Amino acid sequence: MNYNWNWGVFFQSTGIGSEIYLDWFVTGLGWTIAISLVGWLIALVLGSLLGVMRTVPNRLLATIATTYVEIFRNVPLLVQLFLWYFLVPDLLPEPLEMWFKQDLSPAASAYLSVVVCLGLFTAARVCEQVRTGIQALPKGQLNAGYALGFTLPQVYTTVLLPQAFRIIIPPLTSEFLNIFKNSSVASLIGLMELLAQTKQTAEFSANLFEAFTLATLIYFVLNMSLMMIMRWIEKRVAVPGLISVGGK
Amino acid sequence: MISIQNVNKWYGDFQVLTNCSTEVQKGEVVVVCGPSGSGKSTLIKCVNALEPFQQGDIVVDGTSIASPKTNLPRLRSRVGMVFQHFELFPHLTITENLTIAQIKVLGRSKDEATQKGLALLDRVGLAAHAHKHPGQLSGGQQQRVAIARALAMDPVVMLFDEPTSALDPEMVNEVLDVMVQLAQEGMTMMCVTHEMGFARKVADRVIFMDRGQIVEDCTKDTFFGDINGRSDRAQQFLAKILQH
Repeated sequence: MNYNWNWGVFFQSTGIGSEIYLDWFVTGLGWTIAISLVGWLIALVLGSLLGVMRTVPNRLLATIATTYVEIFRNVPLLVQLFLWYFLVPDLLPEPLEMWFKQDLSPAASAYLSVVVCLGLFTAARVCEQVRTGIQALPKGQLNAGYALGFTLPQVYTTVLLPQAFRIIIPPLTSEFLNIFKNSSVASLIGLMELLAQTKQTAEFSANLFEAFTLATLIYFVLNMSLMMIMRWIEKRVAVPGLISVGGK
Repeated sequence: MISIQNVNKWYGDFQVLTNCSTEVQKGEVVVVCGPSGSGKSTLIKCVNALEPFQQGDIVVDGTSIASPKTNLPRLRSRVGMVFQHFELFPHLTITENLTIAQIKVLGRSKDEATQKGLALLDRVGLAAHAHKHPGQLSGGQQQRVAIARALAMDPVVMLFDEPTSALDPEMVNEVLDVMVQLAQEGMTMMCVTHEMGFARKVADRVIFMDRGQIVEDCTKDTFFGDINGRSDRAQQFLAKILQH
């Protein structure tokens, strides 16, 4: 391949205002993080609630949670995003619809859609992790909690969930990284996150290889850092004499 | 203290308890024995409503378990239970295991709960292990902590569900010693166990179960002293376990 690499391109002016191409990447990374963290917060809270619902002795709650999981797990992420962005606003009550379409800036409405979409999509996956974490515990733990006079909510908060969450830190880490990677779908509804900024840089500067190499590196470093943070948390909350960390 | 009245329980079509009736008086120690699958663990779990039953009733210290009005968590907080597999909470320290229910269920202050918990831990000979986690203790030590945890709730009766079955042989006695001491102090106890030495030493009565039915319900002296007067099934059982 005969290609003249030009790594200096990131410091060149974009021709728009006083921005250099690197500024675009920084802005994009900011959006990527903003989407992912808020989406993760929704996923973790809703997913934990659904995971608990799937394990409680109540047929109705379990059915609701199971139905949720089946719907959100079996429809492609991109289709879900288009539904949230293009269809759902039309189904909203008129004041809300007007607010979404007219009052919000294009970036804000896209951000809202993608955060809701990723949060709800990932919640289904978090739900399954939480459910398996709870089900992995010996049934005697539930009975021991009951025998001490705990109510069912107390059994969950003091006995089952603290253990279940420790068990599922590794698969939860995967989901946490997935939400960062999946946040790139936002580029398809015009939100200028990392991938969109990369494509724009490639088109404006014609330095396609440099732009995508940098984007790849940023995603990689970001995810590696997150993984190390999660590993650190896993070690910090490890129980002496119980669950081994990192296969040791 | 405990009155079991015509309890019947089914898993689907299979009847696991058939017309079980017996009484445990205040201060009495009752040992429940019988072959595997005879329903003894199921029966003792019914006593604090960890297992539902379809017919009959169990009244614990005046509270009916079958009554839909009964506040089961409150009832259970007054009934101590010790499990075969200890079931300490592995993510909490020994001290936290001993205090968490006192604080959350009985509403005691942390100081009061800790004082009570540590005193009981000392009583079962494990004061030096307060800061450890259950996974760092041996099975016998964990079971002694589990007994202390149940006692910390000031129970009116203690239930033991095969407390020594999951232990290495060398650790059985350290647990039995604690149980013997409890019995001698006048604690009302219902124990599912195969430890006939324990039954001989402290039991007031022995109940023998087979295929979901209470086959024998008599004093210790009758049970061990008049073997020929026992049912065939109980004689077979005793012949097998008393050989050793």
